[in-house]
Amino acid sequence: MLTPAPADSTPAGDARPVMIRMAGVEKYYGTYHALKAVNLDVHQGERIVICGPSGSGKSTLIRCINALEHHQGGEIVVDGTQVGKSSRGLDKVRAEVGMVFQSFNLFPHLTVLQNCTLAPRKVRGLAPKEAEAIAMKYLERVRIPEQANKYPGQLSGGQQQRVAIARALCMAPKVMLFDEPTSALDPEMVKEVLDTMISLAQDGMTMICVTHEMGFARQVADRVIFMDKGEIVEEGPPATFFANPKSERTRTFLGQILHH
Amino acid sequence: MIRQFTSAEFFFLLSAVRWTLLLSAIAFAGGAALGLLVALARTAPWQWLRATAGAYILVFQGTPLLMQLFLVFFGATMVGASVDPLAAAAIGLTLNAAAFLGEIWRGCIQAIPKGQWEASTALGLHYVTRMREIILPQAAKIAVAPTVGFLVMLVKSTSLASIIGFVELTRAGQIVNNATFRPFLVFGIVAAIYFALCWPLSLYARHLEKRFGTVSR
Repeated sequence: MLTPAPADSTPAGDARPVMIRMAGVEKYYGTYHALKAVNLDVHQGERIVICGPSGSGKSTLIRCINALEHHQGGEIVVDGTQVGKSSRGLDKVRAEVGMVFQSFNLFPHLTVLQNCTLAPRKVRGLAPKEAEAIAMKYLERVRIPEQANKYPGQLSGGQQQRVAIARALCMAPKVMLFDEPTSALDPEMVKEVLDTMISLAQDGMTMICVTHEMGFARQVADRVIFMDKGEIVEEGPPATFFANPKSERTRTFLGQILHH
Repeated sequence: MIRQFTSAEFFFLLSAVRWTLLLSAIAFAGGAALGLLVALARTAPWQWLRATAGAYILVFQGTPLLMQLFLVFFGATMVGASVDPLAAAAIGLTLNAAAFLGEIWRGCIQAIPKGQWEASTALGLHYVTRMREIILPQAAKIAVAPTVGFLVMLVKSTSLASIIGFVELTRAGQIVNNATFRPFLVFGIVAAIYFALCWPLSLYARHLEKRFGTVSR
């Protein structure tokens, strides 16, 4: 029998319900094999960090979850809904899965507040007042309510990324995907974004983060996953992952990113 | 009997300007409405729609506007519908303008960074909302300058309507010249009037380019 799992449990011992199931996922770009039979179960409330060299398929993997990229083989199930079977299912998945991009991708012609209220109004059908109240709540959460009426171009990179996080949270997603959220930031702004992500993790959000911020991985991840050449090479709780990486490829990679 | 070129002739030319302007306005409005559909079709997620719009553009960009006007004018007569020259010219110019505007606007739509499409898709926004709220407002900014530039072309293209007998500025010039035999004077004045119409538009286009060109980067 399974016992209630501690936070840093291995997936086999995790009693929480499965939020995302990826089974035998295959992805090709033309003849390039980007994902090779990837299996990954993400449990509710689990915080996962994916790392790996560029071109290893880590971004592709999370972009398949909300079908920004379409997988060609295997199956992806998000909260009971199959990805890629019907367009209705796709709508449902995208409404439940928030995404934060490396390059923020805020809408430059809309104010911060409008960026945050658009999807709740158009997808959730909320009244403008309701959507604004929710938006302000999350802008306070990411500690920039005073910027609500500015345009994205008037904000720093770190502020923009926090707005992007707030914008995703306004949809009350069940899962948050982060695609290298700090890679485009100046060093002094990385911390403010990571702090936001850490507080989100502490509130029990299910998160999958593609990042090379290993300090963040150590601090909040339940599991760290290392990908290379379209495969999951190794995974484990951060303590064992960083202390005793099993695979040579993982050791090489960690040596490269941790030595300085 | 050769008439003198008097102020009466001059005012006859000037009064024909309104037909040039009317034809330009109709063709621009029609061309913009149809052109938007063409641009959306060219950037649609469905291959067959992109191909259809592509074929439309190919035909109308690859054949002379004059032939298109002939085909509309005589084609309508052939199937038994009599169209007056204004309607024929308006239809022909609209179809032609739609092809060019559609292609200009396709470029503007595709100039919007991929991240904008991805972010709106990831938020669950549907195609219509995505285009209306995110993509088109940003594309419109880029489109203003080249669109006004195209409008200059369109005003000058209306002169071809003279050949199917629509009395706009150029046709008025031909009529005056037939009576006065002062071709250099008459067509010089006609050209000057076109210039007076188009030059402010060109200046405006350049102004818009400066204004929006810097903002969008």
